[in-house]
Amino acid sequence: MGRMQDERSFSSVARLTRRATLLGAGAMVLASGARAQRTASRTIRAVMHGPLRLLDPIATTAYISRDHGYMIYDTLVAADENFQPRPQMAEWDISGDRLTYTFTLRDGLAWHDGQPVTAEDCVASLKRWWQRDVMGQLLAGYTASLEAADPRTIALRLKQPVGFVLDALGKPSSNVPFMMPRRVAETPATQLITDTTGSGPFKFVREEFQPGVRSIYVKNEAYRPRAEPPSWASGGKPVKVDRVEWIVMPDAQTAVNALANGEIDYIDEPQVDLLRLLEGNDDIVVRNNNKFGLQVIARMNFLAPPFNDVRLRRAAMLSLKQESFLAAMVGDRRGYTLCGAMFVCGTPLATDIGSESLVRGNGVTEARRLLREAGYDGKPIRIIQPTDVNTQKTQPIVGAQFLRQAGFNVELLPMDWQTAVATRGNARLAAEGGWHMFFTAFGGADVSNPLTSLPLNAAGLDGFAGWPSDPELQALRIRFAEASNLQERQEIAVRLQQRALDQVIYIPLGQVATPAAWSARLRGVLDGPAVPYFWNMERV
Amino acid sequence: MSGFILRRILASIPVLLVVAVAVFMLLRLTPGDPASVIAGDNATVEQLARIRDQLGLDKPFHRQFAEWILRLLEGDFGTSIISGTPVMRLIADRIEPTLSLALSTITLSVLIAVPLGALAAARQGSLLDRTVIALCIIGFSVPVFVIAYGLIQIFAVQLRWLPVQGFRSISLGIWPFAERLIMPTLALTFLYMALIARMTRTSVLEVLGEDFVRTARAKGITEAAVFLRHALRNAAVPIVTIIGIGFALLISGVVVTESVFNLPGIGRLTIDAVLARDYPVVQAVILLSSLLYVVINLAIDVIYVALDPRIRY
Repeated sequence: MGRMQDERSFSSVARLTRRATLLGAGAMVLASGARAQRTASRTIRAVMHGPLRLLDPIATTAYISRDHGYMIYDTLVAADENFQPRPQMAEWDISGDRLTYTFTLRDGLAWHDGQPVTAEDCVASLKRWWQRDVMGQLLAGYTASLEAADPRTIALRLKQPVGFVLDALGKPSSNVPFMMPRRVAETPATQLITDTTGSGPFKFVREEFQPGVRSIYVKNEAYRPRAEPPSWASGGKPVKVDRVEWIVMPDAQTAVNALANGEIDYIDEPQVDLLRLLEGNDDIVVRNNNKFGLQVIARMNFLAPPFNDVRLRRAAMLSLKQESFLAAMVGDRRGYTLCGAMFVCGTPLATDIGSESLVRGNGVTEARRLLREAGYDGKPIRIIQPTDVNTQKTQPIVGAQFLRQAGFNVELLPMDWQTAVATRGNARLAAEGGWHMFFTAFGGADVSNPLTSLPLNAAGLDGFAGWPSDPELQALRIRFAEASNLQERQEIAVRLQQRALDQVIYIPLGQVATPAAWSARLRGVLDGPAVPYFWNMERV
Repeated sequence: MSGFILRRILASIPVLLVVAVAVFMLLRLTPGDPASVIAGDNATVEQLARIRDQLGLDKPFHRQFAEWILRLLEGDFGTSIISGTPVMRLIADRIEPTLSLALSTITLSVLIAVPLGALAAARQGSLLDRTVIALCIIGFSVPVFVIAYGLIQIFAVQLRWLPVQGFRSISLGIWPFAERLIMPTLALTFLYMALIARMTRTSVLEVLGEDFVRTARAKGITEAAVFLRHALRNAAVPIVTIIGIGFALLISGVVVTESVFNLPGIGRLTIDAVLARDYPVVQAVILLSSLLYVVINLAIDVIYVALDPRIRY
């Protein structure tokens, strides 16, 4: 024995120790990789259409804030894929005279902090919502009282019967009447909330929120989804993942590459011309899960010449052709729909009355005649041209060309989006002739109902930029609100569109249906007018 | 030297004040404000006015400015109007990616460009010299995003050696941190390498033509010693200047690279804040960037003294 053996023993031990350490380290690496994989499969990483900045879906109409709202809040009522209002947080009874709506909260509703949802919370939430929302303001005008009859019962009493109460409470798009704790809902509607406590299927992880970088949501373990299958934002909202990460990715090409590489799972609105890179890739699904998409519109300044003259507004409308706008904006024919319906094709209220020239593009001759009749003086039409938003920058250029062909003198005003919003919202500037026309787009869900449609609201300076004032149109909207059945509403919708196009309140320029793209490993992706909904999704 | 440093620090105060006034006024004079961002399209004039009142945007400019400066003197950079997050937290979250990219880019650029530029100067007219000049022209001419997309296509999409995008903090592991920095660093290095190499070549060529270099050669000093001990050191001043300015530029924002590689850096923060009219964030970032330029310029001046004993302040 002796020293040699000791050394050999020591060497053996050293080798064993080294081997064990390496094996252990290797096992740890593998295990952590495996853990990372298991963890990753319970996480969905999505690139949304824009960065989340405002966390208050009542104070702003921004769609990304609405989408954030759907993650962490819930609603009393929600519309299904047939536009029918369905119970969500509450069932309801309607009195025989249709003046009283009684909502009863279902069992098991709780806020993220564990406190039970009460009727008082909901009353406060509705009162905050209807200060900001167009449809809510209308509902408030018809409401005699809104109060909590008991901790689980909300009583809404109307001054007269109207037909849109449930549609209002179940409206799918901005501003969605999300329910918040009373302490949060009592924040003035013009002030942003800071507390993101909700009762929805996910919880917002404020500590990991990096504005402009990422937003993190985790499963609300205490959430009890309804038993029915999901349908749009109604029905069950089962959460099948632990975590959802919204990653801000400003470069569209990078987002597409990241999806193809498996680094992310979902892209909300991929740039259409990049979709060809994904098509043919069996690992990626490209599908339109929001058939209503966006409605592109043109809007004129009613406060100053020349478009304070209805003949010149008509001339402008007659000179335009939908297809050219949509082709310039989207390119791929599969991504847009020619549609003369102000209330969006594919909905119960859709009608194409009065919109033939827009779809056929055959109104130029009549446009030129109207220009002569109205005595157009040749002063330039100033069109606001946002230059930094993909969905907004082509329409002014196309519109300018059409107007010029009809005989208008046109000047484009290029500017960034925020400046464009501020400029078009400046009524004083508009009254001085600072701008005459702009183009924009609204979510199909937002303009599918005359009561929610911002551009249709002809309330003058109390309305949307452009500020048309038309008492006859407003009276028709009131009649629509008071209609009691679908047939009546459809008849009024036809008259609404007829009047709106006759006065050229705004010009519908067709629908853009932007497909989403997601990993083939993602299952349960829902359709809807305000997608993406992250409940029901799972990563296999 | 300490007197010089003190004088420069004092001189920076009016500089920063001018920047503060300029950025403050420019923001207020630009159409749109955070109230219109928050209010949205369907806000009434009355609601907009109420939001402006809550945010203090309807106060006279001089009062808003004074309140901002007073808070700054207390070390309070304010809170983002749009997100409600303290401005310093927003900036702090972006420092690591920005610093990481800046340091890796400038280090790699210097390591490659200075020897290349110096060698090109030493072998003026040779194939090496012409190659370096050509590379510099390519580096200036090709937009960074083109190089970036090319790198992504090859190394991420085709070969799958590297991830396409993103940033991982070094605290989450060396390799996850490094693998996401490789391509953005390479993309930016092309440009900075071109700048530094070109400046090095020009500066060294100028010095190699000086009398003292001819004297050194005449005294029998080896060419290597002439080059390294005499020429390079005397050529260093403009090289250090360009490196310092380059570093400052890298810190204050390389928005395109950050966007393409999805790095959440200071550049993106600034652009997002400008587009959202988030006044406190824009003001803070620009003021801090100005301070950074002042500090880097001061550091460059101090380094001059170390490089060239003839320089005295």
